[in-house]
Amino acid sequence: MDATKPVAGGAVRKLSATDLNFYYGDFQALKNISMEIFANQVTAFIGPSGCGKSTFLRTLNRMNETVRNSRVEGKIMLDDVNILEQEVAYVRRRVGMVFQRSNPFPKSIFDNIAYGPRINGTVANRAALREKVEQSLRRAALWDEVKDKLNQSAYGLSGGQQQRLCIARALAVDPEVLLLDEPCSALDPIATAKIEDLIFQLKSSCTIVIVTHNMQQAARVADNTGFFLLGHLIEFDNTAVIFKNPAKKETEDYVTGRFG
Amino acid sequence: MTDLHTLRRKTVNVVMLTVTGLCTLFAAGTLVYILGYLFVHGATSLTWAFFTKLPTPVGESGGGMANAIVGSGKLLLLASLFGIPIGFLGGVYLAEFGGTTFSYIIRYVTDLLNGVPSIVIGIFAYTLIVLPQKHFSTLAGGLALGVMMIPIAVRSTEEFLRAVPNSLREGAMALGASKAKSILTVVIPAAKNGIMTGIMLNVARVAGETAPLLFTSFGNRYWSSGWDQPISALPVMIFTYAIAPYEDWHKQAWAAGFVLLSLVLTVNIIARAVLSSKKHVAR
Repeated sequence: MDATKPVAGGAVRKLSATDLNFYYGDFQALKNISMEIFANQVTAFIGPSGCGKSTFLRTLNRMNETVRNSRVEGKIMLDDVNILEQEVAYVRRRVGMVFQRSNPFPKSIFDNIAYGPRINGTVANRAALREKVEQSLRRAALWDEVKDKLNQSAYGLSGGQQQRLCIARALAVDPEVLLLDEPCSALDPIATAKIEDLIFQLKSSCTIVIVTHNMQQAARVADNTGFFLLGHLIEFDNTAVIFKNPAKKETEDYVTGRFG
Repeated sequence: MTDLHTLRRKTVNVVMLTVTGLCTLFAAGTLVYILGYLFVHGATSLTWAFFTKLPTPVGESGGGMANAIVGSGKLLLLASLFGIPIGFLGGVYLAEFGGTTFSYIIRYVTDLLNGVPSIVIGIFAYTLIVLPQKHFSTLAGGLALGVMMIPIAVRSTEEFLRAVPNSLREGAMALGASKAKSILTVVIPAAKNGIMTGIMLNVARVAGETAPLLFTSFGNRYWSSGWDQPISALPVMIFTYAIAPYEDWHKQAWAAGFVLLSLVLTVNIIARAVLSSKKHVAR
């Protein structure tokens, strides 16, 4: 383990990876990653393209298993269970994900949000479902904008609204951890600011892990930041330390813009 | 030099534009000519009795092809019941579950089947059903048409499912859906319009098939008395009536051709309208 640890400061450990290796066929995309992610904090992963940060994020809810010939070694503990030994659907209900490009289903706004509760059978009746949809949209700060057009197509929304819809859709299954894979990379600065505000609000009810290409974004939203390079976790520490006083030269070079 | 070069380019341009334009005109003109000719002859030969009456014996005027219209409907129903589920599920397999080698073989075989002359498929149904039963039947005709529907149903379903962005599959699975559930609840609904259109065009295509019916459903001058009995179909009636030496039979054939073409055209137009309707369209 070559990465330093952030100071826990009394925070509860939510997710932890131990000696994680990940392979796409013969290519090893993640090399011996060990990391602890704390509850109700925002953890950001930064690094140049192809460094493994997205791959690591996608192993945290086992989305990478949809890739053919992929293989994972090691342990990922969610509270006290190893998610690699659990049923996939169970893992993904507890660890939600929002993707780089918003991907609303070709359904109404209501049906998009209701999708998770419906397939997982987590709501008892129609009234409970309506309540869940409203609650999720409120949590994603989208309710006021869409409450009068719940039955319209989700594709009628703007790009930023679609991404918040996807966040609301993920929240509707009450995940304990929310993974965000470059959620703002296709959005303008105003829509990005809204998502960042949202991340601050969600922190109290959710543990958030975000991959970003935008270092200012990591500096703004994250409590802890991990720097990845060529499949290695180079450094992991409090965000302020990573950006102001990194321990490793590679980290310093990257955050000061000398490469990447 | 430059002027000569420009002149040459301009000449080639004019010549090629004329040639391609004429070819386009010829292609479109043929269609318009056929449609127009059929419309003039068909519409003038069409009477109300055509839809309500049975064919009359030779020498007796009047009569219609009510039995053939119902017969075509029954044959297409059987064909759809047989061909669509197989083709649709095959397409789902190829698009969502297919490995590499096996899928390649399936696709290849499907394309071969699509290229098999329809009369050969007629022989297949003849050998499979007519020979053991020792008589022609609606069932055999439906099977022949159904087999013809399979390859296009497979490939059109596969194409439209493939056009669904992968991000939707990921989105569904990230919410805890199994692969099967994500296909049923997100992927197929997203491709629904396209798949429906493919099926409608497929039905319209086999509606005009004659050859595979000649020695399967055979034809019938009366109402068919059951699914295991011979039955009349519009294209077969057109064939029989058009080569007969009677003037009033020719008129009936024109009318039948007109009705068949109108049905196929209507289905095509509806299918295209469905495909272009954009209520919830995936990007």
